[in-house]
Amino acid sequence: MRIDIRWHGRGGQGAVTASEIVAAAAILEGRYALAFPEFGAERRGAPVRAYTRISDTPLVPRTPITNPHIVVVLDPSLLTRETIEGLREGGALIVNTRLSPEEVARIVGLDREVRVAVVDAVKIAMETLGVPIVNTAILGALVRATGVVGLETTLRLVRERFKGRLGEANVEAVRRAYESTHIETILPPQTA
Amino acid sequence: MAVAAEERLHVERKKPRPLSTNSAIAHAVKDLDVDVVAAYPITPQTTVVEKIAEFIADGELEAEMVHVESEHSALSATVAAALTGARAFTATASQGLELMHEILHIASGLRAPIVMSVAMRALSAPISIWNDHSDVMNARDTGWIIFFVSSAQEAYDTVIQGYRIAEDSDVLLPVMVAYDGYVMSHTMEPVVTEDRDSVLAYAPKRSFPYKLDPEKPVTLGALADPDWYYEIKYQIVEAMRRALGKAREADEEFGRRFGRKYGLVECYMCEDAKSLIVAASSYAATLKAVLPRAWEEGVKVGLLRLRLYRPFPEDLVVDALSRVDSVLVIDRAISYGAPYQGPLANEFSGLILKHGLGVNLVSVVAGIGQRRMVDDDFLKLARLAWEARTVRKPETIFYGVRK
Repeated sequence: MRIDIRWHGRGGQGAVTASEIVAAAAILEGRYALAFPEFGAERRGAPVRAYTRISDTPLVPRTPITNPHIVVVLDPSLLTRETIEGLREGGALIVNTRLSPEEVARIVGLDREVRVAVVDAVKIAMETLGVPIVNTAILGALVRATGVVGLETTLRLVRERFKGRLGEANVEAVRRAYESTHIETILPPQTA
Repeated sequence: MAVAAEERLHVERKKPRPLSTNSAIAHAVKDLDVDVVAAYPITPQTTVVEKIAEFIADGELEAEMVHVESEHSALSATVAAALTGARAFTATASQGLELMHEILHIASGLRAPIVMSVAMRALSAPISIWNDHSDVMNARDTGWIIFFVSSAQEAYDTVIQGYRIAEDSDVLLPVMVAYDGYVMSHTMEPVVTEDRDSVLAYAPKRSFPYKLDPEKPVTLGALADPDWYYEIKYQIVEAMRRALGKAREADEEFGRRFGRKYGLVECYMCEDAKSLIVAASSYAATLKAVLPRAWEEGVKVGLLRLRLYRPFPEDLVVDALSRVDSVLVIDRAISYGAPYQGPLANEFSGLILKHGLGVNLVSVVAGIGQRRMVDDDFLKLARLAWEARTVRKPETIFYGVRK
């Protein structure tokens, strides 16, 4: 069993950290996992990709993910057809946006059955952290929509990663996103 | 035997923690109780020595961190430290390894038992911070023992094995532990670390036997005239031969104590294979995951993972080659103007001739400057290896290049 997650964000939003927290959670839960960024000369605001691979065995490729089971989009401006390239039928698309799942599906031209989960992570991040760093909020949405790792493990790792008050604020961001994520299964247009 | 089984159970209960290969190497240095670290920052190695500095600052490792102005000085200081009897470590990549080049020969010539990790990266110009194997392939004839590792766990384990081999009085040669920059250096994955007592029981500090000591002065690295220079260099040839057996023994003993061993080469899906792909570091890990797909379409290709590169595990490689009709060698470095432009392919060509093996060789250069390679590309290489059983491919294939 393998789950491949592709993260789309912008430099500074914390996509790489989020990809690592999910891998660390899977490792803590006794599975094998890799987390790695698409390596570039990083700069704030530029589109970045990161990857998380979770597996029951260590036999996993160390290649960029081209056929993800899950795509996570941290910045709504990155929503294009390209975002869902290779996303598997029956997979999940997790988006930080104020739009509805149906509107997201229309923008990316969804042509296969996918669970679309939306959360206003910017609002949650502003209210909990005071800065629009959405990676921990989006983790809450990912965990809620896919159950790929447990909520408790995720909260524990978020607390370890961000020490003290910042840790608690991030934990609150994960929780609030977990509770407010809106999920719809979008069917291909012809069967809808 | 009962004890061994219990030990294994103990091993299985150990919980892995998420670490990058760079962090795993820093942990190995801490657990080996290294005395001196001298390094100069270079991407993608830097987080190795940053983590070591953190261990020293937090009091988890009692070591001297020597801040230097270049990699040339970093390796010079590491060599000098080793010759005083200290356990010494450094780490580098790319241009840093190139700048060390002069001292690479001095380290082996002086028989300094140091271990150095290399996060393999392409060479300038043009500047590239990304991965390939040009740096290490340029250092292959410097008298260093060279390992290519394929996971963060193996990096941790091999740095530990490295000191046991390097400090063996029958070897006394420096060891390089090389892994793919970025693709491994910055990838987080599960790693089991061991406690210091167990690590030091496996790799006790055996300091340099002819050490620099003001109480008993010696001269090291003096002028060797034509009557002696040759013999001193030939001693490295002999030490390399002995290192092969020592490396095998170090891996087996590691397996007995910690429950993990790797072999000097690894033949994966080799049974019933009619063709082999030779690969190292992250490409080997990827091929292990991709090759079952090739077998599903009848492409019976195995993986020969080169873990120890110097000394070359000739017997094991020849044994694997003698059972197949074709071999595809992936090089991630270019030997400009050579008969095959892949440096490893040239060595395999010589090996096939030396042992009279009827094996068709395919030389493939790939991943230069971390040119993107996805799973399907590895599947294509497997098919190429398979075709080569019947179709000769005499020229090096530059996979994925725009001509």
